[in-house]
Amino acid sequence: MNLQYIGLKEINGPLIFLDNVKGIGFEEVVEIRLDNGTVRHGRVVEINGDLVAILVFEGTRDLSLTNTVIKFKGKPMEMGLSKNVLGRVFNGIGNPIDNLGPVYVDEYKDINGEPLNPVSRLYPKNYINTGISSIDGLTTLIRGQKLPIFSGSGMPHNDLAVQIVKQAKLSGEKNEKFAIVFAAMGVTNDVANYFRRSFEEAGVLDNVVMFLNLSNDPIIERLLTPRCALTTAEYLAYKHDMHILVVMTDITAYCEALREFSSSKGEIPGRKGYPGYLYSDLASLFERAGIIKTAKGSVTQIPILTMPNDDITHPIPDLTGYITEGQIVLDRDLHQQGIYPPIGVLPSLSRLMKDGIGAGYTRDDHQALMNQIFASYARVMDARSLASVIGEDELSPADKSYIQFGKQFEKHFISQGYVNREIKDTLDLGWKLLSIFPREELDRTDELILEEHYNHDAAVGAFELDKKSFIKELNKEEI
Amino acid sequence: MNEVYSINGPVIKVKNAKGFKIMEKVFVGKQKLLGEVISISDNFTVIQVYESTTGLQRGEKVYSSGEAISAVLGPGLLGNIFDGIQRPLHTIFENSGAYIKPGTNIPCLDMEKQWDVTFKVSVGEHIRFGQIFAVIQETSLIEHRLLVPKNVSGEIVTVKPNGAYKMEDILIQVKDSNNQLHDLTMVQKWPIKEPRPISKRLPLTIPLVSGQRVIDTLFPIAKGGSAAVPGGFGTGKTMMQHQFAKWCDADIIVYIGCGERGNEMTQTLDEFSELIDPKSNKPLIERTVLIANTSNMPVAAREASIYTGVTIAEYYRDMGYHVALMADSTSRWAEALREISGRLEEMPAEEGFPAYLPSRISQFYERAGYVDTLSERSGSVSIVGAISPQGADFSEPVTQNTKRFVRAFWALDKELAYARHYAAINWNLSYSEYINDLSKWYNKNISTEFLEARQKFITILAEENKLMEIVKLIGKDVLPDDQKLVLEIARVIRVGYLQQNAFHKDDTFVPLEKQLKMMKLILYLERVSQQVLKEGKAFSLLLRTNMFEKVIKVKYEVPNDNLDLFEDYYKMIDEAFSAIK
Repeated sequence: MNLQYIGLKEINGPLIFLDNVKGIGFEEVVEIRLDNGTVRHGRVVEINGDLVAILVFEGTRDLSLTNTVIKFKGKPMEMGLSKNVLGRVFNGIGNPIDNLGPVYVDEYKDINGEPLNPVSRLYPKNYINTGISSIDGLTTLIRGQKLPIFSGSGMPHNDLAVQIVKQAKLSGEKNEKFAIVFAAMGVTNDVANYFRRSFEEAGVLDNVVMFLNLSNDPIIERLLTPRCALTTAEYLAYKHDMHILVVMTDITAYCEALREFSSSKGEIPGRKGYPGYLYSDLASLFERAGIIKTAKGSVTQIPILTMPNDDITHPIPDLTGYITEGQIVLDRDLHQQGIYPPIGVLPSLSRLMKDGIGAGYTRDDHQALMNQIFASYARVMDARSLASVIGEDELSPADKSYIQFGKQFEKHFISQGYVNREIKDTLDLGWKLLSIFPREELDRTDELILEEHYNHDAAVGAFELDKKSFIKELNKEEI
Repeated sequence: MNEVYSINGPVIKVKNAKGFKIMEKVFVGKQKLLGEVISISDNFTVIQVYESTTGLQRGEKVYSSGEAISAVLGPGLLGNIFDGIQRPLHTIFENSGAYIKPGTNIPCLDMEKQWDVTFKVSVGEHIRFGQIFAVIQETSLIEHRLLVPKNVSGEIVTVKPNGAYKMEDILIQVKDSNNQLHDLTMVQKWPIKEPRPISKRLPLTIPLVSGQRVIDTLFPIAKGGSAAVPGGFGTGKTMMQHQFAKWCDADIIVYIGCGERGNEMTQTLDEFSELIDPKSNKPLIERTVLIANTSNMPVAAREASIYTGVTIAEYYRDMGYHVALMADSTSRWAEALREISGRLEEMPAEEGFPAYLPSRISQFYERAGYVDTLSERSGSVSIVGAISPQGADFSEPVTQNTKRFVRAFWALDKELAYARHYAAINWNLSYSEYINDLSKWYNKNISTEFLEARQKFITILAEENKLMEIVKLIGKDVLPDDQKLVLEIARVIRVGYLQQNAFHKDDTFVPLEKQLKMMKLILYLERVSQQVLKEGKAFSLLLRTNMFEKVIKVKYEVPNDNLDLFEDYYKMIDEAFSAIK
C-alpha cells in the first residue's frame, strides 16, 4: 500500500505537515521526492486528525509547498542487514557511502528495536582485558556492559577509545568472532578519519562497520545514526554470535539534535531546553547493550560524550550516568600534567565489575586492592587540599605519606602511555604502590591478603623514596 | 464508533467518544494495545497507551473494557517477575523470545496450574469482604491466604473438599442478603490506583531490621513506615535497595525496578534465586515479587509499575504479612508523569513537573502502614523509595516533595561513594523520625544501652564534623590530644562501624546484638583512651598500640555466630594500654 501525496500544507524547521492523509501509521517512514529528482527521507512524528507531521532527516532546504511528492512506505524505519555490512561505511541513516554499491540484504530490522525482556538477559560477568591499568584494575569493563567515557573538549577521549579497541581485541579468545561498530555523530572529518586510520593500523578494518554523520551533515539524521549502528550490532551479535564493541561519539551532539527536533515540534522543554523525555530516549539507546540467553554474541557499548564546560551535572552526562553501568571520567588536571590516559579515578566507576572480578575471573585479591586504592587515593585528595592551605612541609607524617603515594600512583599506575598491561601486572603494581604506606594505614584490607601482598621495603626501593622519608619521621616522632 | 483520532507518542485522542470512564482500561487498535483513559471532554477522550504506538494508524478502533486497570491477585505472584502492567516476563520469554512485542496479551498468572487448597470455612458460616476462606502453600516459605473479594458477604452455601484446584475453579459459593450467589475462586482483581481497605491503622512501634548498621543504629525505619534514599548516580542506591531487600526482616519483598537498567533486574533475579534466606534456608526468591519496567520499556507503564507493586504489597499485607516494598527509582516514575503531562500540554509547575506531583507522591507513600486487616490479623507495608535527583541536587522537586511525606531520609553522598565508603549514607544530612516511636522496642528487645550508645555515636560524629572545619584550615597536628582522640574515635566509627562490606560473608548482615557489642567496644576504647590521656601520656603512644585498627577490623574478625570473641578484645585493649609507660 504505497500511497503518494503531492504538495505540503506547512514547512517548519525540519518538520513538514500534510493535510487530508489517511491510513498512515505512527512513526512510519516516508520518501520525499523533489521535482529535481532528489529523494529525502522522513518519519511520521505526530498524527492529529487529518494532519500529519513528518520529520525530514536531510533537512527541509529547497522544499516548497508544491514541489514534492510524498510516498508512505507503510512500515517503520528499517535497515537492511547481512554479514556483508562488515567493512562497509554508511551515512547517518544507513545508506552506503563507500562507493561499493548497495549491501546484499539478508534481513530487514526495525531500527528502533524492541525492549529486551529482562528475563532473557544474561547477567554480564566476563571481563574485557583492555590492558589499561586504571580501567582493568579499578573500573573493569565487562562484556555486555555500557561504559561511557565522560570527557571534555581537547582531551584524549578518542585516543583512549582507540586504545581500548586495539588492546581489547588482542585478549579475545581465538575462536570468538569480534567486530566493531563505530557511530560518529557530529564529529569532524578529522576525527572520523583518525578512527578509520587507527582501525586500519590495527588490522581490523574488515571487521568494522562505520556510520558517519559528520558535523557538516544534516543534524536530524543524527537521531537515526546510533539506532542504525545498534541495530547492526544486535544483528551481528544475536544472529551471527559475534562479540560487538560499539563506539559512539559524540553523545552530546546527538542530544543537541534531539533538542533541536523537540523545540521545532513545539514541545515543553525540560532542563537546559532538552526535552523531558531525554532520559527515556537515551535509555532506548544505551539499554541495547547486553547479552541474551538465546545467542552467543554480546553488545558492549563505549559511548563517548564531551561534557559541556567539563560539568558532570549537565543534563547529558547526568542522565547518561543514571542509565549506563558506570562511567570513565577524564580529568583535565591530569591531562595538563601530561598524564595519559588522564582517567579521574575517583569519579570513575564500573557497576558490573563486582561480579566480574576476583577468583576465577581476574585474581582473588582484586576487590581488596580496589577498595584500598580508592580509600587511600580519596585521602590523597584531602591531604592535597590541606597542603594547599598550610603548605606541604607542615603536614603530619601520615598526610605526607599520602602525598607521596598520590604522586607515585599517578606517575606509575594511571600514567601508562600506550602500553598494554596484563591484569596480573596491574594488580601487582597496585600492591607495590600501596606498600608505600605503613601497614596500619591500610585499614580496608584483611590481614591475610596484606600478608601475601604487602612489602614495604620493596616499595621504598622501587620508588626510590627519600631516605629521610615520612616513614622514618613517623618512627622518630613516636620514639 | 470509537476511533483513534490523533497520536503523539504514548498519548492518543479519540474524537467524540461515548461511554468511556475516567481511569478505565481500554484496548487500542488492531494489536489491542493496553491503555488507560486519563481525561474526557465533550470533544476528545485522551488515552495513555502502555505499549509502543509505532505503526498505529488514525481510524483504528478503541475498545472499552468497562473496568479500571487492575492487578490480578492470587497464588503464583511470589517468585515471579512482571513488567509494569503485570505481564509475566518468564512466560513472554518462553512464548515470544528475547524481545517484548507490543500487544502481548497473556494472563498475568498461570491459570492452568493446580494448587493444593485447604479450606478454613464450612457451609453455613457467615463471611465478609477481606476474610480468609482457604489457604494454599504458595512457596515453601509463604502460605497464601485466600481473601474474600470486595462486595461479597453472606452465608456460605457450598464448600469444595480440600484438594488440588485450578486457578479459576469455583472453590466456595456465598449467598448474600439479596439471595444472590457469588462464586469465589483463587483469583481476584483490584484497581491498582485504589488503596485496599483496612480495619484500622496502628502506631508504628517495631523497627524493620535490616542488619545494615547505619540504618538500624542511626536512622531506623519502622515496620509500616516509609523512607527515601536520594543519591546521584554511582552513590549506591540500587546496591542499598538490594541489601535492604535481601536482609530486612519482612515476610514478603516487592521489588520494583522502575525505569532502571535491564542488567540490574537480571542481577536481582539471579541473585535472589541463588541467595538463601538465613532464617528459613530457602531461596529469597520464594518470598519476593519482582516488577521490572526497565528504562527502555514504554514510559506510561513505568507509571503503572509503582501502583501495581504497591497493590500486590497490600494484598499480602491483608493476609497478615509484613511486606517491604522497594521502588527503584521514584524519580523515573515522576519523569514519566512529566512526560505524559507534557504531551497533554498541561501547564507545568517546577522544572516541568506537573502541579499534581506532590499529591501523587503522597498518595503513593501513604499506602504504607501498619494495620489491623479485615482478616483480623495485623500486617504492614513499608516503602523504601530511591530517588535519582538531577545533578545530585537535593533541592529538586522530587526529593523535596518526597521529604515532606517520608519520615526516614537516607541521603547518599558522592564524596563517601568516591572513597568507596558504602553504604554511602551521609550521617549529617540523613534523619529518622521513627527513633522515638521505636525506643520502647529497642529498650525491651535489645537493651537500654542501645539507644544510649547510639546517642554517643551521634555526638562524636557531630563533634568530628566541627573539628574537621578546623583541621581543613590548619591541619590535625595542632589539635590538643583529647581532640585528636575524638577524631580517631570518629574514624573508628566511620570505618569500623558505619561502613559495611556487602560482599563479606559476616559483614553483609549484622544482627542487632552484634551491633550493640560493636558500639560498646568502640565506646570502651574511647573511655580507656581518655583515661590514658588524663594520666598525661601522649596520644601517639595510644596510636602505637594499634588498638584502633584492631577495633576497626572487628567487623570482619568476629563472626556473627560467635559473639563471645568480643571479650578477647576488652582484654587485649586493657593489656595494651596498661603496657603504656
